[in-house]
Amino acid sequence: MSATWIAVLATAAGCYALKLAGLTVPQRLLASPRVRRFAELVPVALLAALSAVQAATSGQEFALDPARLAGMGAAVAALLLRAPFLVVIVVAAGTAALLRVAGIS
Amino acid sequence: MPAQTTDSELPPSDSTEAPTATPPTGAPRPVRDGVTLGLAVGVSGIAFGAAAVSSGLSTWQACALSLLAFTGASQFALAGVMASGGSLLAGTAGAILLGSRNTLYGLRLADILRPKGPRRLLTALGVIDETTAMTLAQPDLASSRTAFKATFWCLYLTWNLATLGGALGAGRIGSPQAFGLDVVGPAAFLALIWPRLKAGGTERLVALAAVALALGTSRVLPVGVPVILAATAALAGALASPAADDSRASQ
Repeated sequence: MSATWIAVLATAAGCYALKLAGLTVPQRLLASPRVRRFAELVPVALLAALSAVQAATSGQEFALDPARLAGMGAAVAALLLRAPFLVVIVVAAGTAALLRVAGIS
Repeated sequence: MPAQTTDSELPPSDSTEAPTATPPTGAPRPVRDGVTLGLAVGVSGIAFGAAAVSSGLSTWQACALSLLAFTGASQFALAGVMASGGSLLAGTAGAILLGSRNTLYGLRLADILRPKGPRRLLTALGVIDETTAMTLAQPDLASSRTAFKATFWCLYLTWNLATLGGALGAGRIGSPQAFGLDVVGPAAFLALIWPRLKAGGTERLVALAAVALALGTSRVLPVGVPVILAATAALAGALASPAADDSRASQ
């Protein structure tokens, strides 16, 4: 087996084990209010950070792509207008796509 | 999720666990929204397939990663290190480190999905950003479980087909970016945590701190690590207000 295959399979095994580990943590550990609160807040923190990083960076650099930022702005506007999820997504992607068609990117 | 809280006048707080009032929806929103997210995000598997092959992975190795690891950040990390001439060991270690945020998601999802026995092995494969966001945005347990399944299967199929397509050169037909699909991920994550941000002051502070931490460190830390670091914002939030919502969170 080549070294690359070993790296691929080790990555797959490690990533899978980490997913399984979270699901397998004994529930009594989550009985503590602090741990429970942490588990509740973690997705908010990670997804907010992920959204910002995906919207405003490329690799290790800040990348303020006008079409992408306009798409995010449109998403925020749709959310403020209480639009359903599907509408938010379509408005965000559509705004970015239209601006790119118009040559803004 | 915005749609359901808007339509049904549910209290916007603690959306994942309120066992009361199922919203009177006609179409099953968890399925529709999950499938949409799965399709739109899954298409970026084309970018992964293309990046993997150009970094020296074979088509089958790219597909094996998507089938078995199934977590985009880690997959891109391994390909990225290989492309930049880094060692396989460093690439593997970095990719696995990035997988740790799925452990944190699992902590939260275990309580909602409650997978038993062998099902847990399959459920585990689906614990990623998109499924977590969609699951936690639902107003009740049944919708949460449906949302998890719909998002997982649609994204899994799309991501894997797209990986194969990208590895075989489908990226040359057209870039997903032209359709604005690069905005789908960040817009979806924002939309799915939106009700939580509106509901709680702690949530807003934690999210702001997380964004500041991640953006502030993104130029000095390897790609992906700033997002994991943002989990410390949740830790600080939990220490500062441990039991704020717990009275309502009992099942």
